[in-house]
Amino acid sequence: MKYSFSFLVVIALALIAGVGSQIPGMGYFFGVVIPYLAFAIFLGGIIWRIVYWAKSPVPFSIQTTRGQMKSLDFIKHSRTGAPDTNAEVVGRMALEVLTFRPLFYNTKSELREGPKITYESSKWLWLFAIVFHYSFLVILLRHLRLFLDPVPVWIGWIEFWDGLLQIGAPTWYITDVTLLLAVVLLFSRRLVNRHVRYLSLMNDYFPLVLLFSIALSGILMRYMLRSDIVNIKELLVGLVTLHPVINGHIGAIFYIHLTFISALLVCFPFSKLMHAGGVFLSPTLNMRNNTRAVRHINPWNDPNIKPHSYADYEDDFRESMIDNGIPVEKGLPPKDEPAEAGAEKKAEE
Amino acid sequence: MSLPKLEELSQSVWQGPSLSTGAIPTKEWMDTPVTFKPGGYAYPAKKEKLEYLDSQPGLNFPFARIWSPEEDDWLLPDNWKDIILKGLAERLDKFRSLKIFMDCCVRCGACADKCHFFLGTGDPRNMPVMRAELLRSVYRGEFTLAGKILGRLAGGRKMTVGVLKEWFMYAYQCTECRRCSIFCPYGIDTAEITIILRELLYSVGIGINWVIEPVSNSTKTGNHMGLQPLPFRDNIAFLAEDVENLTGVKLDVSFNRKGAEILFVTPSADAFAEPGIYTCMGYLLLFNALGLDYTWSTYASEGGNFGLFTNNEAMKALNGKMYAEAERLGVKYILGGECGHMWRVVHQYMDTMNGKTPANMEVPVSPITGTVFNNAASTKVVHITEFTADLIKHNKLNFDTSRNSHVRATWHDSCNPARAMGIIEEPRYVLDHVVDKWWEMPENTIREQTFCCGSGTGLNTDEIMELRMRSGLPRANAVKHVVDQHAVNTLACICAIDRATLTSLVDYWTPGVTVCGLTELVANALVQKGENRVDMPEGLRTMV
Ligand code: HEM
Ligand code: SF4
Ligand code: SF4
Repeated sequence: MKYSFSFLVVIALALIAGVGSQIPGMGYFFGVVIPYLAFAIFLGGIIWRIVYWAKSPVPFSIQTTRGQMKSLDFIKHSRTGAPDTNAEVVGRMALEVLTFRPLFYNTKSELREGPKITYESSKWLWLFAIVFHYSFLVILLRHLRLFLDPVPVWIGWIEFWDGLLQIGAPTWYITDVTLLLAVVLLFSRRLVNRHVRYLSLMNDYFPLVLLFSIALSGILMRYMLRSDIVNIKELLVGLVTLHPVINGHIGAIFYIHLTFISALLVCFPFSKLMHAGGVFLSPTLNMRNNTRAVRHINPWNDPNIKPHSYADYEDDFRESMIDNGIPVEKGLPPKDEPAEAGAEKKAEE
Repeated sequence: MSLPKLEELSQSVWQGPSLSTGAIPTKEWMDTPVTFKPGGYAYPAKKEKLEYLDSQPGLNFPFARIWSPEEDDWLLPDNWKDIILKGLAERLDKFRSLKIFMDCCVRCGACADKCHFFLGTGDPRNMPVMRAELLRSVYRGEFTLAGKILGRLAGGRKMTVGVLKEWFMYAYQCTECRRCSIFCPYGIDTAEITIILRELLYSVGIGINWVIEPVSNSTKTGNHMGLQPLPFRDNIAFLAEDVENLTGVKLDVSFNRKGAEILFVTPSADAFAEPGIYTCMGYLLLFNALGLDYTWSTYASEGGNFGLFTNNEAMKALNGKMYAEAERLGVKYILGGECGHMWRVVHQYMDTMNGKTPANMEVPVSPITGTVFNNAASTKVVHITEFTADLIKHNKLNFDTSRNSHVRATWHDSCNPARAMGIIEEPRYVLDHVVDKWWEMPENTIREQTFCCGSGTGLNTDEIMELRMRSGLPRANAVKHVVDQHAVNTLACICAIDRATLTSLVDYWTPGVTVCGLTELVANALVQKGENRVDMPEGLRTMV
């Protein structure tokens, strides 16, 4: 159910876009209205979400330390494990975001006879995720060719390196293959790994199915729609310059691709895909571990919360404290001899 | 509750059908209600303790009542659901961490098998991500549009009594150790989720007594055991006497003394319970050897802060005593003893909650070496291990490591010092100097990857012994490894809860291992001027 639903939705989207766009006059709806709408929701949604996050303060500095804090001179400080300065925090974040460090150190635990628990390095998730994300990034950058006129030279360089293997005609891009592969592997992992299988939701399968469909429809387009490319580029440049026009014929597969992307854009701000932004705001990662050196301020710190006071404490126990020579602030009520009792010193003998 | 025999539990852990051993439950977790049986839960908070705390200014512990988790009816207030949902909304506004952690999890499962509770119980809801989903599902179902429309299809559900019971079960099968957090690509810290869950549960009068009674005692008497000024002083005086008898050196110990340079605060367990008392004897001996101008306080006589395990208001109120006392006594700074969660609070919360420090306090300087502790410039609280490491670096301590020849040690990094502070090398540096040789446990179980004792955050209670032995298994297993390989006989640490809980843990899983504090080993090996020691084959533990 959880993943079959994802496939159903994607198939439905494909049918609607594929058939709908070929109805005369509907090209504009699928080629212009839907993408604009989706992009507006995407942009508005992201802004809304980030404002929603930023509205809540970070009351406590709750960094997780994955290494030695800065302390004494002769103790080696782990600058990216327990950052002490802003620059070190940037270093830590760079490692987390660019290299997926925690996933790199992932381990797999197994219970064995004994019982004995074993831990072994498990880098599959790291590998799949890093391949997926970087392929995705490269593909996004390559896509800029379609929106920009003239095409910046560096896009050509990316295309050159990405197509270096020179297989097929037109040449296959490496990232097209790796993206598809990585998505399939991430999906399979959700079915095979027993922990992840148990906890996965429809929310987890759907983006992967959608991404797969986006990539697949994109690749098919490269082979099926060579002739329409001029019209497509005209439409896309028109979209970014806010003068969209559709001249001539564009095949259904393009509209399917575009509708899938629109679906991803709409989902993005309202789903876990926002991890892309959230990671930067995560207080366990982006705080300095200098909390004893520099005071962190909590805007809602309540000054009315006070400890049970010493005065009340002494009131409860004064007599016994005085009798036993524990220094006190106030003597016992009049009739006693407070001066002497308070000054009495504890005899050690 | 009766604890199963070692063989039985061992068998059950690795062969019993559970998600840890490979059996995938056929029922989805949302369709599996929790049931409470004796041994499966810690006893509820006592009514009078909650009432006392509720009467304290600034604290809120409502709906004190007598109830039992085993009954169907938990006698919740009529508007409990309202309270919970409002409480959640309020906390979303107060904690950015909560929003981020609710929104960003991709359920990649990297954290799943990192939790000692999951490894020991195999209960799917003990995977950190699942623990968070218990709350996240309600967040989706009650607070997000997609969750409201799509409901369960989008992983959302409504708040029900069943959900509340599930929260109670699993918020108390998490020791807020943060091990999951360092494996999460977004640093999602399930400890934060547990903290929020426990706060919400207290808002409808649900909590456990092993946390509430210490909070109540700490409020009234200053320490979690409820020791009044006299017994507190006398316990420490007895320990001082023991040290005198062993070493022949007279100790000068003072209490509530105004004008001392340093206020020393450590968990009260060190003052009265084995094996913490040996660590305490270590402090007394060490400070005396240094001629330190310090005082104990009977008012701020608890370093540990059980408030952390209830809500942030109680944590703040308890913690406030340290600065209040530092001000009253006019000390320059505070020296903190060996404790895990005390140091989480001191390092990450204290200054924020109860700063700025009183005017009489100064940036800490070691009176012996002159080292300025700039890393504690604002909080003005120095960790005993930093303090000792600095002394050693400056050759101020004279050790005879043969006095620890009975010790074959390994080092346990306690969760909070490792992952909420980063005090990892100092204790190793100290250990290097006080014993001839010691052995590390396997690399995936130490430093920032260290495993919890399994009984922190107030779970150190006898009625859940089986659960504790299960959750402590990963730690015990690593100890057993060095016991088998290197005949290790001592497990050293800088945490008072560990000293108590690890003792039960290793007694069960790998008997014959002694648990001790670092300062005990320091004092064992310390050569003092004018000493006249009896033969001490077991160091400070030697009976005279
Ligand atoms: C710190 C940076 C990031 C990390 C560590 C990270 C990690 C991950 C992980 C572990 C997954 C889950 C794969 C799975 O098991 O399904 C994922 C999925 C995904 N991420 Fe990221 N990500 C990061 C940044 C980004 C950024 C900047 C984007 C920008 C678009 C992005 C887009 C996606 C998408 C589209 C998916 C696939 C859909 C899904 O599985 O839900 N991520 N990411
Ligand atoms: S590691 Fe983090 S993102 Fe992955 S499932 Fe656990 S909490 Fe979620
Ligand atoms: S904080 Fe520790 S006990 Fe709690 S879920 Fe994470 S690993 Fe488990």
